[in-house]
Amino acid sequence: MNNIFKDVAGGFISLMIGMGITLKEFFRKPVTVHYPRESLKMTPRYRSHIIFTPDEDGASKCIACNMCVNACPSQCIYVEGEKKEGARKKSVTKYELNFTTCSLCGACVEVCPTDAIDFSKRYNLASPDKERFRRMDLCKDLEERNRKK
Amino acid sequence: MMELQPVHATGPQETFVLNLGPQHPATHGVLRIKLTMDGEFIKDAVIVAGYVHREHEKMGENRTWAQFLPNTSRIDYLSAMMYTHAYVGAVERACGIQPPSRAEYIRVITSELNRISSHLVWWGAYLLDLGGMTPLLYAFDDREKILDLLEALTGARLTYCYYRFGGVLEDVDDNFIAGTRAFVKEFRPRLRMFRRLVSENIIFRKRVENIGIIDAEMCRKYGATGPMIRGAGVPYDVRRAEPYSVYPELDFEVATDPAADSMGRYKVRMEEMEQSLRIIEQALDRLPDGPVMAKVPRVIKVPAGEYCYATEAARGRFEVRIVSTGKLIPHRIRLRTPCFGNLSLFEEAARGMMLADGIAMMGSLDLVIPDIDR
Ligand code: SF4
Ligand code: SF4
Repeated sequence: MNNIFKDVAGGFISLMIGMGITLKEFFRKPVTVHYPRESLKMTPRYRSHIIFTPDEDGASKCIACNMCVNACPSQCIYVEGEKKEGARKKSVTKYELNFTTCSLCGACVEVCPTDAIDFSKRYNLASPDKERFRRMDLCKDLEERNRKK
Repeated sequence: MMELQPVHATGPQETFVLNLGPQHPATHGVLRIKLTMDGEFIKDAVIVAGYVHREHEKMGENRTWAQFLPNTSRIDYLSAMMYTHAYVGAVERACGIQPPSRAEYIRVITSELNRISSHLVWWGAYLLDLGGMTPLLYAFDDREKILDLLEALTGARLTYCYYRFGGVLEDVDDNFIAGTRAFVKEFRPRLRMFRRLVSENIIFRKRVENIGIIDAEMCRKYGATGPMIRGAGVPYDVRRAEPYSVYPELDFEVATDPAADSMGRYKVRMEEMEQSLRIIEQALDRLPDGPVMAKVPRVIKVPAGEYCYATEAARGRFEVRIVSTGKLIPHRIRLRTPCFGNLSLFEEAARGMMLADGIAMMGSLDLVIPDIDR
């Protein structure tokens, strides 16, 4: 009998403490963001899929050296390049990223000798078409960004 | 009048098989446990693991030493920092690379932050298993602050891949230091609130006290480490038993509890968060200036031989053993993960328990399924 009273009293105290904390939390500022009406800005180091960082003229700095291709643990980069007439170095003609297997590790960005690639801040990526991510054309992406500018 | 007899004396001695998982919320991932039930009581439990096996060890054998780095954060995704630490530690030990002390301090700070965030997930999820929804939201509120700090520093929220052979990828900035200090200050009263709300709650105590006794002997038998063995009263902590990094310079206590029940393990983890805060504070105060990367060759070549490195991950002892033949590619990478040992005792410990108590015990093991399967 004594025990039942003790349990009831203990339960009541626990309940009151819990309710008190809940009430206090109830009047706190919300900690969430009302996505999609508002969204957070990604931090400068945020890692999303890689994109070209253009030079002053808006062209890619990539010299098609294939170092990123060899560094990538998931073999998800494919690069083609050619040496243009009169140019000292090769320039990139095709740069494809298979984003479906990319682990966003950053090996490619670290190894690039010309800082031609960097992480984008795009995190709202969605598409009904898997091909869009399987063959991400970075050259085309740069062209599009240049056009929008 | 006919004499009444208990049912079990006359009826058939029937048991039935109950599948817990692979899609059960209490297993927190794709783990299947085949339970043989005698009414409400567990008669036998067979663990069926391997649903998310990804061959991490095999993958290590067909890529260069550096290319294995991203894998290390995908074994136990909740405490990825400590896992990467063990791997880079093993390679550094093999090549004789000494990371600068600033890098070591940064590693300790980020690892301990990671430990707190991992324990917070466990805390919230455990209480969710026991039927309390609200604590999970409180826990994730605080965890979010840690993840934001680590995201600003490393660029990722869980799979950090931040440590490198010979240091860390990028230096910490003032924002991170100020943010971490602010977090430590804010989190102490929150922990007190968690204690008042849950640890002293009578309903919770009735569910976990004296439930799921796992004593030190059983832990030794199955190789259970971390909060499991500390919750059985044995002060075994890799940070103290086999000191690594700058832990010997830092002052903290190894949390233990002699109770050996679910409550004991619960208390150990709560205390560990407190101790992690202490470690972070000290490490921030002592953070030396200087570079965060040692001079390392561009292409890592590990001299032939076998090397080990163990760290205290959030769930126990994580050990990496690497075997090199002096080539660019590892010969073997062996990962000793804590959850495997922690889970394997379930079979013995759960025998004779009620199902609901079995769940209460399983939650206190703090399982991460990819860590078991790796
Ligand atoms: S981030 Fe890593 S996985 Fe992705 S493309 Fe670069 S090297 Fe490959
Ligand atoms: S992105 Fe950089 S590393 Fe990759 S091919 Fe171009 S220049 Fe070389």
